[in-house]
Amino acid sequence: MSPHTQPRQRGMIGGTAATALAVERLGKIYGPGGPEAVEGTGPEFARSVSPSTGAVIGCWDVSFAVAPGEALGIIGESGSGKSTVMRCIAGDQSASAGSVNLAGVDRPGGTPADLLQLAPSDRRALRIDRLSVVYQDPAEGLDLRVSAGGNIAEPLTAAGWRHFGRIRQRAADLLSRTEVPLDRMDDPVLTYSGGMRQRVQLAKALANDPQVVLLDEPTTGLDASVAAGVLDLIRDLLEETGIAAVVVSHDFSVIEMLTRRCLVMHHGRVVEEGLTDQLLEDPQHPYSQRLVGAARG
Amino acid sequence: MTTIEDLLQQPATVEERKTPILDESSKREIRRACLTAVAVPGYQVPFGSREMPVARGWGSGGLQITLAVVGRDDVVKVYDQGEDGGVNAANLRRLIRSAEPVTTTTDPREADVIQTRHRVPEDVLVDGQILVLQVPVPEPLRGVERDMTELRRMHAEADYAKMWVSLYEDIVRNGIITQTTGYPCLVGGRYVIATTPIPRWDVPPLHQARFLSLFGAGREKRIYAIPPHTDVEPLTFEDVPFQVEEVVEPCRCGLIQPDEEPGAYLVELPGQTGETVWACSDTDWCARRRLEAGLLGEDAIDALEVDL
Repeated sequence: MSPHTQPRQRGMIGGTAATALAVERLGKIYGPGGPEAVEGTGPEFARSVSPSTGAVIGCWDVSFAVAPGEALGIIGESGSGKSTVMRCIAGDQSASAGSVNLAGVDRPGGTPADLLQLAPSDRRALRIDRLSVVYQDPAEGLDLRVSAGGNIAEPLTAAGWRHFGRIRQRAADLLSRTEVPLDRMDDPVLTYSGGMRQRVQLAKALANDPQVVLLDEPTTGLDASVAAGVLDLIRDLLEETGIAAVVVSHDFSVIEMLTRRCLVMHHGRVVEEGLTDQLLEDPQHPYSQRLVGAARG
Repeated sequence: MTTIEDLLQQPATVEERKTPILDESSKREIRRACLTAVAVPGYQVPFGSREMPVARGWGSGGLQITLAVVGRDDVVKVYDQGEDGGVNAANLRRLIRSAEPVTTTTDPREADVIQTRHRVPEDVLVDGQILVLQVPVPEPLRGVERDMTELRRMHAEADYAKMWVSLYEDIVRNGIITQTTGYPCLVGGRYVIATTPIPRWDVPPLHQARFLSLFGAGREKRIYAIPPHTDVEPLTFEDVPFQVEEVVEPCRCGLIQPDEEPGAYLVELPGQTGETVWACSDTDWCARRRLEAGLLGEDAIDALEVDL
């Protein structure tokens, strides 16, 4: 457990609406150059490659906040930087600029700690019980050779669970919540269908009741009918648990179903943000209009 | 000038016959690795494993430690799978005696340094004794992770969740934890080690032991240690108690019976007519017990130390 973490608080802190996750001016540059490399990139230049240094600007100046129980969507075409944002928050990649705060993760003085400044080991410790990620590819979030129960046992044992019976019970509870048949609980995940693997990933992500879950294209690899079932499940789980969520998708129907508020990303920048239904009805930015147009056929 | 007569001359004393295998700076390097290992119990210290006159995998790690830590007039015991007369044990014993000014014994109670493969003596070892274990695979996480960088990170952060998952999976598949030898143990509440291929029977004596255990893996170039008075906890779940091997059949000498304390670690041997017989794995301990019980003549003990 990270030395920076305090007992967790949920909901209202100090009488004001709390923020579960706050991202400020997040930036990621792949390649040479600092902030000066960003000049000349973005939607207005229609390019992500820095004209001065040749660096690829994965994302730049991305800011948002998510309240407890809220689901925020990030939408954009592939290469728009939405997954980069996700990976920088999760700690899978190091960010080049900005800050990320997670409620309850404070510096010794009590001021919010910037996740991006934490030691890698402390960041990984957050992934045990505060910040979960559901990846598009189940192989990234799960060990496919291990059973569904074993995959869930991993975050539980990491959090200090040492009672076999209780671990098993908890795994069974989570799997039944994510609608994985319990008689398959002891089979290697390798033998599962894509939709079931995603359900196991969800169960694992929820194992230690995290504050925030990041969903990176959670249904993209699934066929339509299976995806619909998984989406229904995610929506119900988010409602039930009150976990804050960030949903990354290129698919407006996913964003529409799961989130009330969303950001549109293009060439590594946020080009528009607002309530999901309004944005769908009345997109302002030309790129958003194109996206919505494409989605609505 | 050396004459033929000089060459034919037998060395005058035992002292002159010694042909050291390790030079003094190599010994010092290995002793420094041992000290580091003692300072950080359970941590695998890399060391410059030398070429030995035995093949890697035949106790070269244990041999290097023994050669480096023995002092003048130390008494050394070498045994293999509990047996002093095993070919490898006899060869190593002879090699050590030819290289260093030490004497050898089969009685672990008399030994300063005990080099062993796959067993801890049944006798209780005491302060000042050093147990040197020959280790084939020092990495306890080898079975759950192959990436060396990731392995080091896991040890550095005491992130043993994958190990726990493998124990969980084992129980789910087999109903019990099936690991029989080299059982993973947490040392000093910090590092998980592989307890070399010693049986589970030998794990409890390592906990809060009065002796020093040094583990040498020559092929893998690692040394680790359990200092005296250190906690050694076998990894297991709260509701799945750690169990040692049971005595299921009486020992062939009749001195070890099932359900009798304290028992001993028995091994299965083929009998004269193909039937299975059980025998104490620790031959020296067994011989002494049989001697006490009047089942063995005095000369039998001396015969144990086989020198070819």
